[in-house]
Amino acid sequence: MNNSAIRNWLGFSTLALMLASLFMVFDYVPPEADQGIAQLIFYFHVPLAWVAFASFGLVAIAGIFYLWLGDQLWDDLGYAAAETGMVFCTLMIVAGSIWAKPIWGTWWTWDSRLTMTFILWLMYGGYLMLRASADDTPAVARFGAVIGIVAALDVPLVIASVRLWRTIHPAVLVTKQGGHGLEDPRMVATLLMSLAAFTALWAWLLLLRFAQLRARSRMSRLASGVALAAAAASDTN
Amino acid sequence: MQHLGYLFAAYSIIFAVIFLYVVFIWRRQAALDAELRTLEARMAALAERSAAGGPPEPRSEA
Repeated sequence: MNNSAIRNWLGFSTLALMLASLFMVFDYVPPEADQGIAQLIFYFHVPLAWVAFASFGLVAIAGIFYLWLGDQLWDDLGYAAAETGMVFCTLMIVAGSIWAKPIWGTWWTWDSRLTMTFILWLMYGGYLMLRASADDTPAVARFGAVIGIVAALDVPLVIASVRLWRTIHPAVLVTKQGGHGLEDPRMVATLLMSLAAFTALWAWLLLLRFAQLRARSRMSRLASGVALAAAAASDTN
Repeated sequence: MQHLGYLFAAYSIIFAVIFLYVVFIWRRQAALDAELRTLEARMAALAERSAAGGPPEPRSEA
């Protein structure tokens, strides 16, 4: 199976999983008793967080390999992961904010987890601004790799913040009482389906962007070669 | 059905942004294809001139 076939297969899988996930959210799972239907945002909010954190973890891994090996492939992978991660991180914050309004009575509060997530968003925003505004030189790629690695150190802090500091953000997956906070098995099944759907979506978008960035890098090298050949031809003549 | 508006807003925004990102990727692909065609044309012209021994292609700043 070639890369294009894998991307197509992932695209169709994403569509099927997303439709199944929507069906389960709106027709299968019961809403939580206290929060009502606003709690259904949870089934997309958590998977968005998962794929955002997975992206930023991948940026850090790609950054380490780029600094170690200097291969352009790792820089392209890190850039693609940062971009997709930023899209999902933004959506996670927006979905969480919309969920917070009816439940907490406010769109935003400087709670420890929300603040750490906002810092994470700012750092990857900085990474993308650097990549968008500067030329694609090895120095910029190295600087980007360092930013990506440092920014990823915030991910464990975001995850652990509900345990480390006083926070109003719920620890749904592992509660302080030791349970997972989803007592109805249908809630667990729906969350797992949404996680699968968003993981497939993330993989699909990541592969699309990665393939584009790889092609752009190759074309950039080819364009340099053509310019050199044209210069050599003009010198000969 | 209290808070239905919030639920609708959250899911609508999520799918709208994902759709816009897919459109962004699609447009970048179109730009990349155009760049590739330009490059192929330049390479073909260069190969043709070099085979014919004709005047060199004007230098590009790009």
